[in-house]
Amino acid sequence: MEKVVKLASENGILIFSKSTCCLCYAVQILFQELRVHPRVHEIDHDPEGKEIEKALLRMGCNGPVPAVFIGGKLVGSTNEVMSLHLSGSLIPLLKPYQASLS
Amino acid sequence: MNSTSTQFVPSRRMGIHEPIHQMAMWGDFKGLDTSPSMILEVEAKLDNQSEDTSHGIVGPSNKYDQEASKPADKVLRRLAQNREAARKSRMRKKAYVQQLESSKLRLIQLEQELDRARRQGLPVGGALDNSQLGYSGTTNPGITTFEMEYGRWVDEQNRQISDLKNALHSDIGDVELRLFVDSGMRHYFDLFTMKATAARCDVFYLMSGMWKTAAERFFFWIGGFRPSELLKVLLPHLEPLSEQQRLDLCNLGQSCQQAEDALSQGMEKLHQILAETVAARLLGDENYYQQIGAAIEKLDALVRFVGQADHLRQETLQQISRILTTRQAARGLLALGTYFQRLRDLSSHWSTHPRESA
Repeated sequence: MEKVVKLASENGILIFSKSTCCLCYAVQILFQELRVHPRVHEIDHDPEGKEIEKALLRMGCNGPVPAVFIGGKLVGSTNEVMSLHLSGSLIPLLKPYQASLS
Repeated sequence: MNSTSTQFVPSRRMGIHEPIHQMAMWGDFKGLDTSPSMILEVEAKLDNQSEDTSHGIVGPSNKYDQEASKPADKVLRRLAQNREAARKSRMRKKAYVQQLESSKLRLIQLEQELDRARRQGLPVGGALDNSQLGYSGTTNPGITTFEMEYGRWVDEQNRQISDLKNALHSDIGDVELRLFVDSGMRHYFDLFTMKATAARCDVFYLMSGMWKTAAERFFFWIGGFRPSELLKVLLPHLEPLSEQQRLDLCNLGQSCQQAEDALSQGMEKLHQILAETVAARLLGDENYYQQIGAAIEKLDALVRFVGQADHLRQETLQQISRILTTRQAARGLLALGTYFQRLRDLSSHWSTHPRESA
C-alpha cells in the first residue's frame, strides 16, 4: 500500500500503532529506553486505518500492530523486535538514529 | 477359641450365638466411617472368627456325640442351621471385603488428590473447602486439561533433572550430552505451547498462577518466571566462562531487563485502561453492556501479553544456549530445573508443616 511505503521511507524509525494497544506502548517504551524516538502512526486515528491494517497483515505483520519499520524496511511486530534485541541485533539497526549522549 | 476381643462383638461366647452377632456386624459397616487401620484390623479379626465358626461345626465334635440319640433331631437341626448361618456369613463377608477393597482404592485416590493440592501450596486442612481445592472447579475443560498436562509436565521435568544429573556425573561425551540439553530446552518450549492454549481458554487463570505452587507464585511475572531472574540463577553455575561469553551474557542480561521493563510498563497501561473502562460513568442499561463489551476486548490484550512474556522466556533460553558450550548449557539446565524443584518443595513444606503460634 502506497501510504505505508511512503510513511516508512519518510521516517527512519516508524511504528504503526493503535492508541488503545498496550503492546504498541510497550514497544515505544523499549525504543525510548534505547534512546531513539520513532514516529508513531496511530491507525485508529487515520481515516484510511482499515486499509493500512489490511496492508500490514498482507506484509506478514500478525498484530497487525505494532508494526515496526526501520530504514524503510519492515522489521516485524513485537516478537521480531524482542528477538532482535535479545540477540543483540536491534541496537546496530538503531545506531544511525540514536540520540547522541549529551 | 479365638480369644481376641473386639469392640464390635458384645459377647465373647462362641458357638451358636456367634453367627447372629456376625450378621449384626456386617450391617454396621455400611459406610466408610472407620479409619483404614481399623478396617484392616476388623477384617483380620472377622477372618479368624468365621474360621472358628466352621471349625466348630464341620469337624468332628465330641461334645455332640456324647449326647447320644435322645435330642438327635434337635441336634441335627441345630447343625444344619449353623451350617446355613456360616454359609450366609461367608457370603456376606465376601461382599463386605469387596466393598472394603473399592473403598481402599477410593481412599488412595483421595490421598493423591490431597497430596497434589498440598504440593500446590493450597492450605488444605481437615475440611476440604471447595473454593480452595481445585481452582479449575469452574469446570472449564480447557483448564482442567491444562492442569492435568502440567502435572505430567512437572513429573517429566523431575525425571529429566535426575537424568541430567546422572549424565553430568558420568563421562558421556558432548554429542550425547547435547541430546539431553536439546530435550530439556524442548520441554520448556512445550510448556509455553500449553500455556498459549490455556491462555485462550482463561487468561485470568493463567495470570493468577494458581496452577503453580505458592513459592513459585511469589516470583511470578506475567504468567511465569522473570527471564532476568533466570540469568541471575544460572550465572554462578556456568563458571568458568570465557571473556567473550561473559560479555555476551552481560549484554543479554541488559537486553532482557529492558524488554521486561517495556512489557511491565505496557501491562501497567493495560491496568489503567481497563480501570478507566470499568469505572466510566454509566448512562443507562445499554451503556452498561457496551461497557462490559469494551472491557472484555481489553482483556483480549492480556492474552497477547502472556504470549509475549512467554516468547521473551523462550528467546532468553535460546540465546543462553547459543552463548554456552554444551556442557555449560547442561549444567545451566540442571541448575534451573533444581531451582524450580526447590521452590516447589518449599511450597509443599510450607503448607504441610504447621507454623508455631506466638
